[in-house]
Amino acid sequence: MSDLEIADRLRRDGLRLYIGPFVTRIRVTLPGLAEHIRFLYTDTPLDDSDGLIDFDIKLGPPPGIRRWLGLGATVYVDDVMQFMPFDPAIAVPMFEWGINWCVFNRPHQYLILHAAVLERGGHAVIMPGPPGSGKSTLCAALSLRGWRLLSDEVAMIRPSDRMILPLPRPVGLKEESIEVIRRFEPSAFVSRPWPGTKKGTIAHMRMPPESVARAGEMASPAWIVCPKYTSGATSRFEPIHRSQAMLYAADDAFNYSLLARVGFETLADVVESCGCFEFTYDDLDAAVKAFDELVPTMSTPMEGVGA
Amino acid sequence: MTISNDLLLSALRDPACTVRFSLRDWNAVLRRARIARIVARLAHLIEEQGIIEKIPERVRDHFVAAHAEAAQHARIVRWEVNRIEHALTGIDTDVILLKGAAYVITGLPPARGRLISDVDIMVPKDRIDQVERALIDRGWGTMKLDNYDQRYYRTWMHELPPLRHEQRQSVLDLHHTILPPTGRLHPDPALLREDAIPVGVGRLKVLSPTDMLLHSAAHMFQDGELSGSIRDLADMADLMKVGGEQPGFWDGLVDRAERLDLARPLFYALRFAQRFLGADVPDAVTRQAARFGPAWPVRTLMDALVSRSVLPGDGEKRYDGSAGARTALYIRSHWLRMPPRLLTRHLWQKSLTSWAAMSGKEPPEQAA
Repeated sequence: MSDLEIADRLRRDGLRLYIGPFVTRIRVTLPGLAEHIRFLYTDTPLDDSDGLIDFDIKLGPPPGIRRWLGLGATVYVDDVMQFMPFDPAIAVPMFEWGINWCVFNRPHQYLILHAAVLERGGHAVIMPGPPGSGKSTLCAALSLRGWRLLSDEVAMIRPSDRMILPLPRPVGLKEESIEVIRRFEPSAFVSRPWPGTKKGTIAHMRMPPESVARAGEMASPAWIVCPKYTSGATSRFEPIHRSQAMLYAADDAFNYSLLARVGFETLADVVESCGCFEFTYDDLDAAVKAFDELVPTMSTPMEGVGA
Repeated sequence: MTISNDLLLSALRDPACTVRFSLRDWNAVLRRARIARIVARLAHLIEEQGIIEKIPERVRDHFVAAHAEAAQHARIVRWEVNRIEHALTGIDTDVILLKGAAYVITGLPPARGRLISDVDIMVPKDRIDQVERALIDRGWGTMKLDNYDQRYYRTWMHELPPLRHEQRQSVLDLHHTILPPTGRLHPDPALLREDAIPVGVGRLKVLSPTDMLLHSAAHMFQDGELSGSIRDLADMADLMKVGGEQPGFWDGLVDRAERLDLARPLFYALRFAQRFLGADVPDAVTRQAARFGPAWPVRTLMDALVSRSVLPGDGEKRYDGSAGARTALYIRSHWLRMPPRLLTRHLWQKSLTSWAAMSGKEPPEQAA
């Protein structure tokens, strides 16, 4: 599809994208955004079946008098305004946060942790991390070096079998991380930067095509790694106690307490089956190397750690 | 689409018909059920029919998610009620739980799949200051309001400004009666207390089944904004159903409504619950209530306004008259709350406040 066709569909009935297990309908009635959305979601399959819509997102002018005055933009979910009106100049990051809003607040059929998830050889690493821990940067780097990206924001765990569902979406990069990733992998598809958001300057890295192509393949949790970017540090895994890993993961989760007992039991099982580490790092190449060494050593018995 | 073949209404009235819904139908139904906060309720209705296996799996996922959310709300409400009871231990007063909290604690059908944003309780007016102080001592705080809003609540309303618990962030509305004293109708809270029913062992009570229905009607047709209030109407249909199973419920209903000055809201509740949700009301009761209905021009107007606005809007339509109906009902709800002079003053003060907010200035203080 050309930008023109995409813009036309965005304006009318909307584009329906398969974002992981969710059909997301996207409508955009502001001009000039089609090329950016196409840039990020170019590999994402379209749903033309007129089937069920899980998330319905619209980016457009705010309602009421502001619309006629041409003031600002906002994000609607199910046609209900979800964000306070904002400057259209930051429409793309706000649009991505609109999808986040749906993912964080809706699919309570899954346990949803705030963590990046990557997979290699069928084993998934869950990386919870508060802002500043370097979670997204490390996640982007790993996804450019052979780890399959499941998500840079959410570990979506199915309570029935404790499997993690992929949700391939662009990786959000903040401030210096944008340049770090561009230097780390010049061929990475990093969007233009969007300054002026409440989190500073934001850019998005398009998810690798493999990540999108394998969106239907779940992964079983093998490690919980809490990244800690530390200037000048050498890459190092430090085992932590399972109870501590459980707290890290639960602390920032989106619906751990909402799911009550199901949330506790699911997370406890996941933690039980994982090797748990804190990971300090500075240099990304060295960090990737350390992660690659995780695979052979850590997929073998982990009982010793944190037990 | 007219209201009679609206899919969401059909699903509420006859849940079995949902097995024939296409995914496209479900898109329309789920979207509006979400806006009306009744997804989990709809799921319950369908499950009660034993037909959940016939519903597409992707739709069932939405139901699972909605159930989890509603369960969380019920859990929170039970804990909040526990904490309120604890906070009021030393005070010699009955505490009547209203609306959502009452449904959850008694397990009445409107509790099924309910999302509850705040807990409402009612205490006698001469105890309300003491109760408020006790709650504040136990961690609730008055939500930040400007002086005008504080005075608006304390002088003219049937409830104090909302209280928010500082740690749990839960919101509590403390009432001394069920309608604003400035409004047209004046149900006597002493009568409500007389018939209230104890729950559990403490001093917690709930309104009698009849009064619950009348309160819900008062809330929807006298005090609330009416638009998008399909959930309230569904509550009333549920209360009519369970109430009707008890002897004497229908016989005493209209008389009780008249005694509480709530016959007009009851007239509307019966009319629209029958019309939109197929509620089963005995003919004698309908006839008895008809005496309290408005004259035909108003009745026709209300029929038109309510049928255009009781369901959440469908954003895909540009203009179907529902925006106008909503505005009309918003104005009506204010009209019913306050006499004209007070209303003028209220709207004037509100417009000054929003003007001040836009221009970044403090609103001018107005003498009480």
